[in-house]
Amino acid sequence: MRVRRLAAWTALPLAVTLGLVACGSGGDGGSGESDPNAAVRIEIAEPQHLVPTNTNETSGSQVLAALFSPLVDYDEAHKPYEVAAESITSEDNTTWTIKLKDGYTFHNGEAVTAENYIDAWNYGAYAPNGQNSSYFFEKIAGYDDLQGDSPKAKTLSGLKKVDDLTFTVTLSQPYSEFKAMLGYTAFYPLPKAAFSAPGELAEGYEQAPIGQGPFKMKGTWQHDAKVEVERYDAFPGEQPKVAGVEFRIYQQLTAAYADVLSDNLDVIKTIPTENLSTAGTDLGDRFQQSPASSLHFLAFPTFQEEFSNPDVRKAISMAIDREEITRSIFKDSQQPARSFVSPAVAGYRENTVGASGEFDPAKAKTLYQAAGGPSKITLSYNGDGGHKDWIDATCNQLKANLGVDCVGTAEPKFADLLTKVKAKQPVGLFRMGWVMDYPSMENYLGPLYSTNGSSNYYGYSNPDFDRLLAEGASAPDEEAAIKKYQEAEDMLAEDLPVVPLRFGQNNFGHSTKVKNVEMDLFDRIDLIKIEAIK
Amino acid sequence: MFRFIVRRLLQMVLAFFGTTLIVYALMFAGQGDPIQALAGERPVTAAQRAYLTEKYHLDATGVGGFFYRYFDYISNLLRGDLGESLTGRSIGDILAAAWPVTIKLALIAIAVAVVFGVTAGVLAGIRRASIFDNATLLLTLLVLGIPTIVLAPLAQYFLGVKWQLFPPTAGADPDFFALLLPGIVLGSLSLATALRLTRTSVAENLRADYVRTARSKGLPNRRVVSVHVLRNSLIPVITFLGVEVGNLMSGAIITEGVFNIPGVGFNLFRGIRTEDGPLVVGIVSVLVVVYLVSNLVVDILYAVLDPRIRYE
Repeated sequence: MRVRRLAAWTALPLAVTLGLVACGSGGDGGSGESDPNAAVRIEIAEPQHLVPTNTNETSGSQVLAALFSPLVDYDEAHKPYEVAAESITSEDNTTWTIKLKDGYTFHNGEAVTAENYIDAWNYGAYAPNGQNSSYFFEKIAGYDDLQGDSPKAKTLSGLKKVDDLTFTVTLSQPYSEFKAMLGYTAFYPLPKAAFSAPGELAEGYEQAPIGQGPFKMKGTWQHDAKVEVERYDAFPGEQPKVAGVEFRIYQQLTAAYADVLSDNLDVIKTIPTENLSTAGTDLGDRFQQSPASSLHFLAFPTFQEEFSNPDVRKAISMAIDREEITRSIFKDSQQPARSFVSPAVAGYRENTVGASGEFDPAKAKTLYQAAGGPSKITLSYNGDGGHKDWIDATCNQLKANLGVDCVGTAEPKFADLLTKVKAKQPVGLFRMGWVMDYPSMENYLGPLYSTNGSSNYYGYSNPDFDRLLAEGASAPDEEAAIKKYQEAEDMLAEDLPVVPLRFGQNNFGHSTKVKNVEMDLFDRIDLIKIEAIK
Repeated sequence: MFRFIVRRLLQMVLAFFGTTLIVYALMFAGQGDPIQALAGERPVTAAQRAYLTEKYHLDATGVGGFFYRYFDYISNLLRGDLGESLTGRSIGDILAAAWPVTIKLALIAIAVAVVFGVTAGVLAGIRRASIFDNATLLLTLLVLGIPTIVLAPLAQYFLGVKWQLFPPTAGADPDFFALLLPGIVLGSLSLATALRLTRTSVAENLRADYVRTARSKGLPNRRVVSVHVLRNSLIPVITFLGVEVGNLMSGAIITEGVFNIPGVGFNLFRGIRTEDGPLVVGIVSVLVVVYLVSNLVVDILYAVLDPRIRYE
């Protein structure tokens, strides 16, 4: 920095008078040797919160991933394996016994015990605390007693301490994939120091969270500026290969991108859309893509007469050329989707939509006309999310391939769209997106398509589908559960309540000063693997 | 003069309440579902919704609800409490962190505008129709024609990324050098306007009777220009710069965003995007005060520059 500034002052007049292109950026980054004493700088947005049970956006959970170590993490096949837990077992999928590994300590020296988990989860589930991720605990017995304005209880009846390192979790219904849920931010423990009184979070905890992870806070959360963490040497798990991380807060991704280009920032987690087409040439192999958990789709209001016939829905699906749109509109930053679950979860199969996912305009038109589809189609979307381009492109395809009239209608915000959809106003087809909470097929199928699903806005209801999901949840093991879920997914292909369009991808990039930059399923940079280059 | 200032201060109180009422009403009317806006596209749980609704009185709707919330807000404001943003941060703290960097940036921009704008304007005014005059006309037209939203990323790309003369972003705790490029970008628009204003004013005053008198008295040209012409020519420029100070303080939303400077504009932008009513109203209330004060200072400067102008 010092050197560059000097160079800048001398170069400025030169550049002006001679029109020179001045000042290279010291090109010795290629030695590739790892520097364990260096810190890396990672782009985030201002986190909304830094309390585990209150954090459900990626910036906050990225910071917490440095400060905390999860009970489980996920392997290559997206199956959970124990990290901070010694074992997680259940005989009946209802009562789960969680044994913790010995030797974990919080950054203030407290030993991690079962109580730390129980306290944290109780705090998160208690409705008056208004925690964003409280719904993660709804499968645990006693959750309902903690809801409402004046809840009956303050603690979950399903959480019981056995000894210092063991506790049991009783679910209100059997759930075979409970273990897969435990990798998320909401299930981190909280130290005694986090509470000022039982069930009350100490003021200021959020400004410098104390965790049991590989990094500890360095100073406090500097709002709008940065959060700095440094290696916690007493961490018993796998030690990170850098001395610390500076999470630098950006409001605009373009600013972060400019900083990565000039090595002022090491990792940008999302390349801004306007730079996607040039990122390949700008960054070379430092521009990376990895599958993300998001799924984008168009939903049918199946409760409306004109869309109640599955053949109409299938015809519309066949009339959309997914490849064309991902290539020309998204510059391959997303992938065409023909399944109802993302490749990010175990049990994913390619092309479960089947024939109605193939682009076949001739067949689509015949089918559409035979089924008596409406002559005018509306596609509704939220205008603040950059969806106009692909909606318009989709509309044009429908016009050309089905011979119908098609208009894209923008609602100002996603909330406005949801309000209309919930009130069953005739908005036509509407766009939706889904990002998983935990890597399980159930997390894609349950909330979106079961009759009482929290995000089932399209009135889809199929008793057989609901039954299969329930069977999956109480299946003896994961394999059996996945089988049931796959059967349920096949059922969706028959009915096609939504048209899966695209799978999201992480498009990230890094500077010349780091290597081994990888992104996990929750769109977080892997802080154990990342290395700084000398 | 004293009476004038007192009168203006009293007007300011009225203006302050009037503007906050309007801003609050606009924010109130334009608010769709701030809780959903905060959550983005994720579903909001009933517990979270109930919690935020109660905390920010979001259930108070209609005219009655509006006045209830407005008076609640104003009474807190008068006690010096700007309230909390929807993410639970104290707005007072947010502003305290944001102001210093915005003020620094605005000062650099103003300095750029004054030093280069006024100087070049005087030169262009003296040498009317010269090459210099025409060149500055062309340049200023160009700058005035390019909106900041284009100019800022261009400057960042060429000067920051490609040629690496400046750091591409300033960050939270920037030194003077890091703020220079954003300051120049921000000030370039004011610079161009100040230059045009000064040039016209100087050119006009050079033909005034009192200049001819001064010349015929045998005063050296330097003195004629620097004392007689410049002083009279600066009145419109001062007016412009006074208003501009308010503008620049209100935070350059675009410039601060492009160069990642967490100042007032940066926070205002986030507040608008997330429908964070308390944050937007809090920032705007303070901005109203800034505008009022900068206008008062301009009025007082008038009297200093031109003794003929007196307010009584």
